[in-house]
Amino acid sequence: MSRSARRLPLASIALAGALAVFTATAQAGSLGPLGYGKAATPREIAGWDIDVRGTDGAGLPPGQGSVSHGADVFAQQCAACHGTFGEGEGRYPKLMGGEGTLTADRPEPSVGSYWPYAPTLWDYINRAMPFIAPHSLPADDVYALTAYILNFNNIVPGNFVADRDSLPKVKMPNRAGFSWKDPRPDTAATRCMKNCIDPKSVKIISTAEGKNLTPRTTGPLDRMQGH
Amino acid sequence: MNPLHWRIFPRRRAGTFDKPATGRRSFLRAGAAAATGLLAGQARAAEPSPPGEPNWTKSIGPGVDDRPYGVPSKFERDVIRRDVPWLTATPQSSVSFTPLQNMHGIITPNGLFFERYHGGRADIDPHQHRLLIHGLVERPLILTMDDILRFPSVSRIYFIECPANGGMEWRGAQLNSLQFTHGMIGCAQWTGVKLSTLLDEVGLKKEAKWLLAEGADAAHMDRSLPLDKCLDDCLVAYGQNGEALRPEQGYPLRLIVPGWEGSVNIKYLRRIKLGDQPTFTREETSKYTDLMADGKSRGFTWINEAKSVVTFPCPEQPLTAPGLYEIRGLAWSGHGRIKSVDVSSDGGVSWNGAQLHEPVLPKALTRFSMPWRWDGAPALVQSRAVDETGYVQPTIAQLRKVRGLNSIYHNNSIQTWQVKPDGSVFDVQIG
Repeated sequence: MSRSARRLPLASIALAGALAVFTATAQAGSLGPLGYGKAATPREIAGWDIDVRGTDGAGLPPGQGSVSHGADVFAQQCAACHGTFGEGEGRYPKLMGGEGTLTADRPEPSVGSYWPYAPTLWDYINRAMPFIAPHSLPADDVYALTAYILNFNNIVPGNFVADRDSLPKVKMPNRAGFSWKDPRPDTAATRCMKNCIDPKSVKIISTAEGKNLTPRTTGPLDRMQGH
Repeated sequence: MNPLHWRIFPRRRAGTFDKPATGRRSFLRAGAAAATGLLAGQARAAEPSPPGEPNWTKSIGPGVDDRPYGVPSKFERDVIRRDVPWLTATPQSSVSFTPLQNMHGIITPNGLFFERYHGGRADIDPHQHRLLIHGLVERPLILTMDDILRFPSVSRIYFIECPANGGMEWRGAQLNSLQFTHGMIGCAQWTGVKLSTLLDEVGLKKEAKWLLAEGADAAHMDRSLPLDKCLDDCLVAYGQNGEALRPEQGYPLRLIVPGWEGSVNIKYLRRIKLGDQPTFTREETSKYTDLMADGKSRGFTWINEAKSVVTFPCPEQPLTAPGLYEIRGLAWSGHGRIKSVDVSSDGGVSWNGAQLHEPVLPKALTRFSMPWRWDGAPALVQSRAVDETGYVQPTIAQLRKVRGLNSIYHNNSIQTWQVKPDGSVFDVQIG
């Protein structure tokens, strides 16, 4: 509806004084001090209220999904990017592996090695996947995918059925691996001005020169792919 | 030709990254024509420098109906956002970088503001866009853009920086470019409604302690924020540098969380939900958490601590010959105002205070400069910011000592530019 079309009825209401007062009174309970916007109905809220809390799964909908059904859905919807067992294709994210690598020289954070909460997996698949058709899968399929991904990470057995009760109970291996309080500032640099370090100790330990990783910064966009 | 001229016309500069292509060749041709011009009076008429008359003064230009929406000069065509294709699987979940080497102030032009998408750029009709505010509120509301424009408005200048800015340099110098080492930042004047004003309109229940913000992009990008910050200085913005937000920045509506990591500044904002605890979304658990050397991770590390970088000289803007230059740069802090910036040309042995340029605003880019006479010797140029809390920008060695090598985010370390005797500049790290 165009803006002018919306305004016409409002203008006629304003002319009918008694009716205008009635309208304002009727809305007073549901609108705020400025009276802008419209009250959201439970049905409207339910359509968009999709978030699922990681810690306890609050917000998980009815439905369920098995590991075996998840394998089927995964093959159709996910494997092209993530590989048949979540091993990842090209630069698309791996969904499995990396256990015990978080202190390694090259850590591999994955669902299995890094994610702290299983319901978050349901939430993310539901809101953002499949990548080119996000938020398009039925809840049962999202449950099944969650079960399959947890299974190929050896977190749940093959007969696991994911639903709103079982998912929050899944203990993710790295659940205790996070601190949720920012400890910074954690560096204690000082504002030294003269003779701050021994000039002889100033050595270049790393340079970007010759690494051939830098796209060009003049001319058209550089599509370089390689190391 | 003076060095400033070279900087203003980057395409003609014989920079580190210039291919010996058309730019330089045409310059050489122009030089040859000029030399001939001195001998032949006819050619001299095309010589643009005095005493000649340039061609562009001899014909009439296009009129006001030629460009209903202005674009930069065609000679600035190299000044564009650029990406690192090998970094990500797809350009739809990726980042492009602001060309800081060509910026002349604290405001990032809207067309050059860095992009970070998690599911591509959304293209939203503002008449169909809705903001739903619900959860632990007295009056859940749905607002149209027309509704939002009626609320009392404010305009504030803030930077937005991706916490992964510099993330590719944690393990060592990798990218020989200011654009790619520091370009995940922009600064704009944002216009919109204070988030606290919108929250007054819905009425907070007393149990409300956290807020979840969600976008209308394909990723349905969402982040949890503590209520204190939301009531302090957050904005729900529809304006960017005097015009509507660009689609790249979340048109028609985005959350602005001043000084905090870019990913919480939810674009295409369509939903705000009040809760009593955080949601622990994928983007605040598996991503945007800092993995320490002991295998433990830090979450909810939202603030971008003080940081600075020298923008001239830099790899894209080398020196041309010994002489007097102005070292220039940008500094910023998520904790407030920049108090001072120091510059070193000897790798941090000695430092001198740089001049800060007004305006020095909290949580905004601040310009600094310092005159520097380069004698042609090798130099290691650095800058170091101090913010109003007294926090001093650390070296990369100091950061690694505390956080190890496996972190990706929040690298706010001092950048070192190596200047070689030929004036070329390289990204290095010193120990």
